[in-house]
Amino acid sequence: MMRGSLASLNAARRECALEMLKMYRRANAGHIGSSLSCLEILVDLCFNRARPEDHVILSKGHAAAALYTTLKLSGRLEEAELDSFYREGTSLPAHPPCSRVFAAIPFGTGSLGHGLSLGVGLALSNRYTGRAFDTYVVLSDGDCNEGSTWEGAAFAAHHRLSNLVAIVDVNSIQGFGRCEDVLDNGRLAEKWRSFGFAVTEAEDGNSFASLERAFAQGVGAAGPRCILARTVKGHGVSYMEDTVAWHYLPMSEDQYDQAVRETLALA
Amino acid sequence: MRREFAQWAETAGVADPAFLFLTGDLGFDALERVREKLGPRFINAGVSEQNMISMAAGLAQQGLKPLCYSIAPFAVFRAYEQIRIDLALHNLNVKIVGNGGGYGYGIMGATHHALEDIAVLSVLPNFRCLVPLCNADVPGACASLMEQPGPGYLRLGFGAWPAQAAPLGPFQPLRRIAGAPGRPGRLTVVGLGPILLNVLPLAAEYPDMDVFAAAEIPLGDLAPVLASLQHSRKLLVIEEHAPRGGLGEYLAAAVARTGTPFQLCHHHAAGYPGGLYGSQSYHQKASGLDTASLKGSIARILGS
Repeated sequence: MMRGSLASLNAARRECALEMLKMYRRANAGHIGSSLSCLEILVDLCFNRARPEDHVILSKGHAAAALYTTLKLSGRLEEAELDSFYREGTSLPAHPPCSRVFAAIPFGTGSLGHGLSLGVGLALSNRYTGRAFDTYVVLSDGDCNEGSTWEGAAFAAHHRLSNLVAIVDVNSIQGFGRCEDVLDNGRLAEKWRSFGFAVTEAEDGNSFASLERAFAQGVGAAGPRCILARTVKGHGVSYMEDTVAWHYLPMSEDQYDQAVRETLALA
Repeated sequence: MRREFAQWAETAGVADPAFLFLTGDLGFDALERVREKLGPRFINAGVSEQNMISMAAGLAQQGLKPLCYSIAPFAVFRAYEQIRIDLALHNLNVKIVGNGGGYGYGIMGATHHALEDIAVLSVLPNFRCLVPLCNADVPGACASLMEQPGPGYLRLGFGAWPAQAAPLGPFQPLRRIAGAPGRPGRLTVVGLGPILLNVLPLAAEYPDMDVFAAAEIPLGDLAPVLASLQHSRKLLVIEEHAPRGGLGEYLAAAVARTGTPFQLCHHHAAGYPGGLYGSQSYHQKASGLDTASLKGSIARILGS
């Protein structure tokens, strides 16, 4: 259910994007395209959908800046200092930390293929502890290359973990090329569905309205859900969009200025 | 040891509602009663070790106490990155139990052997590796493993404490099982797990040996071994494990750091000389880990 208005989510998205760009510029770091790809998904979860007791796992840990920003600005990561991102001695490294110092970041990630199974464990734990929460796992195309992801999917479906939601950030680009050229994930909806997930699709995964429709369509499923969010890598910054290079590149000062201008102009 | 482990798991599991038993689809003719007694807290994860380990991390994050069971190489090597990141680096309370450590699965072949498990696990942060000496040690080793939160590994093997031997006493990470503490020995023998039982028949013939059973790596207190080495200056290490990264290298480095001069003789798993396979006893003999081979080394070292 959508708790925030589209306008408030768009405003939150803009605020997070600006903060994130500032972090990346200050750090002179890459993975910007990956963070912009899933930013709306994380804004939706942190500002709108996930309750305080719910868990968000970023399996595509290279988008950590998007996670840190959305957690921080939504009030879930008060104790973290975004300014310290990438700095020596930081608790906010390029990939989410394994240190368990932040309640809002239950697991460090960064090697693909771990997130779904970690989420399966959290979701399964409810049956033994009596706690009730939902677990959201944000995965990438690359995550869907990993066999371990499908091990987790099989288990989640077999045990009907209806408190587990996998959201795949399908931007169709992976580490060293386009998915269709590297290792095509094929008919992803059919794959997840055949494993036993209730699958819905956000045709525009960078749109809050589209995400909302996809979430709403899956409500009430008897087992785990999967939302395939069709996104654009580097969304919102024209020169980054749909390119492999902006998985890695840092911004120059001019590029940063342009990214900020385009972010402010984005509806 | 599997029977003793199953009995312990049944009792411990019934007593603690936070205890969860996870298996990678193994346990026929051993874990049926555990499954029956624990009901929904017995989870067959299927043949998917990577998911089993990461999922256990998720369960432990919520305060539960998952124990993951499989044949040793499958439990350790198949899911090693999950063990490293999700368990060790997060310091989560998940225990792994590997059955048939060393050449335990004998003629099943190399895929079923675990000769490097201690090496790869003992280097991980926060990780304890326990290797019981014999069947009777299993409940104590399990209790020791569970009493300390954090990740840990139990390597199960095969071996009965001889009925005619003096009582073993309670489980300890390091125990003297032959030789008198007050009398200077001429050879210090340390073995990891049940392979040390192969040296027991020689204890009466060679009373100058101080024989210690190591059951944990890293070891906390090496004082008894160091005291023995002060006199003997000769260290014989016995382990059904690859030469690198096991008890031998661990002890050699630990003793060297103290400045105690010593000579090392290391009997370890030799792998598969000639590409040949056989029973656990066959591989022990091929590795020089059988009683006769050990006797040869001991006699040579002691000059008799």
